[in-house]
Amino acid sequence: MTASLTLVIVMAVLYATGVYLLLERSLTRVLLGFLLVANATSLLLLIMAGPDGLAPVLDNGTEISQIADPLPQVFVLTAIVITFGVSAFLMALIYRSWRLSKADEVIDDAEDLAIAQRDANVEAELLDPDHQDQEVDHLDELSAAHDLAETGEEEKQ
Amino acid sequence: MTALVPLVVILPLLGAAGALIAGRHTRLQRLVTVAALVAVLAVSVALLIEVDRQGALVMTVGGWEPPFGISLVVDRLSALMLIISAIVLLAVLVFSVGQGMADGDDETPVSIYHPTYMVLAAGVFNAFIAGDLFNLYVGFEILLVASYVLITLGGTGARIRAGVTYIIVSLVSSVLFLAAIALIYGALGTVNIAHISLRMQDLPSDIQLILHVMLLIAFGIKAAVFPLSFWLPDSYPTAPAPVTAVFAGLLTKVGVYAIIRTETILFADSDINEALMVVSLLTMVVGILGAVAQADIKRLLSFTLVSHIGYMIFGIAMGTVAGVGATIFYIVHHITVQTTLFLAAGLVERQGGSTSINRLGGLLRSAPVIAVLFFIPALNLGGIPPFSGFIGKLALFRAGAETPDVLIWVVIAGGTLTSLLTLYALARVWNMAFWRQESEVETYQSSLLDQLSEAPGPAQQQESRNSPALMTWSTAGMVAVTVSLTIFAGPLYGVSARAGENLGNPRTYTSLVFPNVVDESQIDVSEGSGQP
Repeated sequence: MTASLTLVIVMAVLYATGVYLLLERSLTRVLLGFLLVANATSLLLLIMAGPDGLAPVLDNGTEISQIADPLPQVFVLTAIVITFGVSAFLMALIYRSWRLSKADEVIDDAEDLAIAQRDANVEAELLDPDHQDQEVDHLDELSAAHDLAETGEEEKQ
Repeated sequence: MTALVPLVVILPLLGAAGALIAGRHTRLQRLVTVAALVAVLAVSVALLIEVDRQGALVMTVGGWEPPFGISLVVDRLSALMLIISAIVLLAVLVFSVGQGMADGDDETPVSIYHPTYMVLAAGVFNAFIAGDLFNLYVGFEILLVASYVLITLGGTGARIRAGVTYIIVSLVSSVLFLAAIALIYGALGTVNIAHISLRMQDLPSDIQLILHVMLLIAFGIKAAVFPLSFWLPDSYPTAPAPVTAVFAGLLTKVGVYAIIRTETILFADSDINEALMVVSLLTMVVGILGAVAQADIKRLLSFTLVSHIGYMIFGIAMGTVAGVGATIFYIVHHITVQTTLFLAAGLVERQGGSTSINRLGGLLRSAPVIAVLFFIPALNLGGIPPFSGFIGKLALFRAGAETPDVLIWVVIAGGTLTSLLTLYALARVWNMAFWRQESEVETYQSSLLDQLSEAPGPAQQQESRNSPALMTWSTAGMVAVTVSLTIFAGPLYGVSARAGENLGNPRTYTSLVFPNVVDESQIDVSEGSGQP
């Protein structure tokens, strides 16, 4: 099977950037990441179609070996339509999330927070955005403690 | 009879269109959707009777012969899944109609809920009859997009948060599935399941393994198999009660169904059964440990749902005819009983105003009917004889015991432990919510309740609302179905075992789609042979 190197490279870059964006916290970036990954998959389908060729229309005189494989193109069209619908829905979801919380982020899971609190024994200030200053202070304390521990270990060594 | 096959997808889609056209005429909408599902149920019954007599029905859409056209295949497994999902969808629809009549449109706004629900049904049915991988993908997408709408219904903060997790995880699994289809097409030049099965043995085993694992990961996310199950207990409980019930019953099982097809027909030669065996053990044990730690009934049930997926994976991982047959029986049992429990939890929420066992009490006295409706499926899920849960687990363990293998015995031990812990978690719900006096709730002290985690978010104590008769009756109907699975366990097990035998040899399946073809090279793919 022959495949265009350009298409393969473009697909790889789209997958890499798409996965990176999917792992972001901001929902808009997640949407962009999804679009990139979906397009990369469409490219993968096209690559799997094999060498390019004439339009797959059989009229008089067209050799069957000259035309491109039409089936993956149909798959890609279906995938594009599905991606289109899903991304429209995602945008509505992101807008709704922004209206509710005024933040374009994956909202914190209250249970995750509770577990984090139990582990680090951090007080409610992390939950409360009004205590930003204290939170910063607290992070400073944490990093200071961390530094202390590190230096302690170095001394031991 | 093959003309009946596409009806199971067309009727729900027509129902969805009818419900949209009916617009604000609420009663007409309800009539249209219920009628469409009743019709599908009738068609599925006819299909099962016919398929059980003659083996299978294959419909080539538009008369284009496979491998060119789309083929719709109904074998015993498909027919059984169609019939049980039609029953569950119908019961939950009646439940939500009852809820809508009582509460108005807040929880399930009719104008959106009914059309989306019918589209979800069409997607589920389409996935069950798909004869090629891309059609299966389309079926998955139809049901997933409908489920995105249903899980965020109303757009409250909690649902948006849960919905975002659910939707992004589902999207990733869809993209993986599509990429796997692309690679399979690149390697084999076909997406027809029977044709893939014929050509697969020519591939080198390492490429087979890559394709196999990619498909399994995509389906594993949908089926909530252990390392990929994290999203489920987080997202299902926040949806409206009927939506959670139908998701819990059907959506994960569509994934399990796809895994069965993958293991038995697509990759019958490629063998990763030991890995699946370990995964099934972890799914069971980790899932049920999550359930034991929950105070919220809906979250507890979501964890038991994950845990019991492990039993089905166990049956598939055995790779024997008896194992697959027992798995099919277990799927039928689990779809009905899990849906029933979620419906009963919906009734408990209305009656007690909460789903936390820390705040519920005295339900046995105040609502004896709900108590019975919860108690029977709870015992059933826990695997108490003579209920179908016991029969299903026994069948699985017996099928496993046929193969003398240490790993299988470890999984059987894990399965027994899981069954006991399920019973423990559900018995605790019974003790606290139903047996305990309502006056005791405030001052109740018990070491059983110390370490339980509540549902995230602020605790909401709602007013106690009466359940309309329609909701109680639909739940009672589902309880009757679960009990009848015990009464008719013999015939049902017979059909499941025959369905397992159908899947025992992939050639049985391929000869349905390609009659008169023994060898792959006999399939003519040259010019013009696919003309209708």
